[in-house]
Amino acid sequence: MKLLVCISQTPDTTAKISFSSDGTEFNQSGVQFIMNPYDEWYALVRACELKESLGGTVVALNVGPAANETTIRKALAIGADEAVRINTEAQGSMHVAKQIAEYASDKGFDIIFFGKETIDHNGSEVGAMVAEYLDLPYVSYASKLELNGSTANLQRDIEGGVEELEVDLPFVVSASKGMAEQRIPNMRGIMTARTKPLQVVEPVAFEESTKLVKFTLPPAKAGVKLVDPENMDELVRLLHEEAKVI
Amino acid sequence: MVLVFAESPNGHLKKAAFEAVTYGKKAADLLGTSCVALCLGDVENAGVLGSFGASNVYHVANSTLNSFDSQSYSAAIAAAVEKLGATLVILSHSSTGKSLAGRLAVKLNAGLVSGASSIPSVEGGKIRVSKGVYSGKAIAEYEINSPVQVISLMGNAVKPIKSGNEVAVESLEVTVPNNRVTVKSSKTQEGIVPLPEAELVVSAGRGMKDPSNWGIVEELADTLGATLACSRPVADSDWRPHHEHVGQTGIAIRPNLYIAIGISGAIQHLAGVNNSKVIVVINKDPEAPFFKAADYGVVGDLFEVVPRLNEAFKQFKANN
Ligand SMILES: Cc1cc2nc3c(=O)[nH]c(=O)nc-3n(C[C@H](O)[C@H](O)[C@H](O)COP(=O)(O)OP(=O)(O)OC[C@H]3O[C@@H](n4cnc5c(N)ncnc54)[C@H](O)[C@@H]3O)c2cc1C
Repeated sequence: MKLLVCISQTPDTTAKISFSSDGTEFNQSGVQFIMNPYDEWYALVRACELKESLGGTVVALNVGPAANETTIRKALAIGADEAVRINTEAQGSMHVAKQIAEYASDKGFDIIFFGKETIDHNGSEVGAMVAEYLDLPYVSYASKLELNGSTANLQRDIEGGVEELEVDLPFVVSASKGMAEQRIPNMRGIMTARTKPLQVVEPVAFEESTKLVKFTLPPAKAGVKLVDPENMDELVRLLHEEAKVI
Repeated sequence: MVLVFAESPNGHLKKAAFEAVTYGKKAADLLGTSCVALCLGDVENAGVLGSFGASNVYHVANSTLNSFDSQSYSAAIAAAVEKLGATLVILSHSSTGKSLAGRLAVKLNAGLVSGASSIPSVEGGKIRVSKGVYSGKAIAEYEINSPVQVISLMGNAVKPIKSGNEVAVESLEVTVPNNRVTVKSSKTQEGIVPLPEAELVVSAGRGMKDPSNWGIVEELADTLGATLACSRPVADSDWRPHHEHVGQTGIAIRPNLYIAIGISGAIQHLAGVNNSKVIVVINKDPEAPFFKAADYGVVGDLFEVVPRLNEAFKQFKANN
């Protein structure tokens, strides 16, 4: 079983988000970076579980600069066997997908895992792009993944419900809550992570056609209007007449 | 030409499809072109898309498309785009759209913006569009520099508007590959508006103390016709089902009204709900961080306030 888990590095969930004065750059100072939670908690852990029960290898892959290696080592500490870093700043989702697809094209991975989306770009784009580049089936938002020989049974989140699916290996999947439980790396994992191989691969050229113009912060709220807890008729009136939402 | 893929799971057009066509029509007016809608597989009454602004409604009736697979669907949409000569493709940012957008962008060599929340603008002949990033904590504007562009539209970002008349549905022949993903079953809750589509949401957190106390929250949601949501610890301890979990690691929503009951308003919770149009917070702690993000606040014991609010809504419903 050869499993590839694509991991992204994102600002911590509590990070204060700010930008350069012209709005073109995310202000990194004082921000702690983490592995994108869905990539870590669900995709990576499920891949490790499958490898532990069926044998094989888990490769963790990140497209990014050398500074991301702390995050990559964490993936190794959680249980990936080897890691690959494609040495380029991500320019956009298709640029990243192209790098991953180039790397994966001749490696014969059985499953390529992604988290359901990143908590910074919130795009949910890269998995589908890689699937298309490699002409593989794609299941997004999978909350369960069981293997039965060369067939996978999956459950996926749809609006207001779930779908049960079946697909043959190889395929691409994005993982959502339910697929696995978060794993805290133990001491042994952290120690062995230092000696596991981390290969650096040079990128292929690709021109991203979606370009950032600028970031802005949402307008601040006007401030809360407090309503007397004894007087809920007043709240209903405000929601009807002032806010006009009922 | 703007081409809108209108989703019709089990043959029924989704609210998101009406939103997408309304959005496509606005974009088409801006670009001085027409907006057409595309339906795949089972669909009833597709001509109604005309009244939301589609000048033509095309339907690919191939039975492969009665079951969703991103490969056959993206192939059918790409073929329609090429056949009709469309340059801007609009999808919904739904479970279906998220499986398709990236595939389609690669197929069409198109720049993609997914989860867009604004009507596009045109600057120097290029399309620009904005979306929420950093889990709702910021907005990013993008420019798409490719001849064909793909945009997926966030749910509840535009209100469906009727601007024309129903049209006749035209059938379209395209070649579709076989499905490789088999959908075994699909279960959705009957009679409940799914959270991503809901305009009114009643949400509760750990302040409820125990899952057996949810009756008052359910009654309130019932009165309003609202969909239920909850905070993460509530879902994690199985007080409520996972599909109700909203926030940074749950579902991100943007309803018209979000009523938060006994939820402190942690930054990760706010990330999923701060795009709601109006936020009402009910919390006994006047220092709860949620009040900073709220439009209306009630400082009080939820076990007294919620039943009182329910009565007030009932009165309002009876009189209106
Ligand atoms: C990486 C990460 C991701 C996370 N993602 C999410 C997410 O997606 N969604 C999410 O919700 N959380 C998320 N969290 C958790 C988040 O940080 C908070 O812990 C969580 O939102 C708190 O839930 P709560 O408000 O229900 O509970 P609490 O914080 O315990 O708040 C309960 C509130 O109820 C009030 N209360 C108690 N009794 C009453 C009463 N009788 N009447 C009125 N009010 C009362 C209290 O004053 C308090 O404000 C995440 C955390 C991390 C670290």
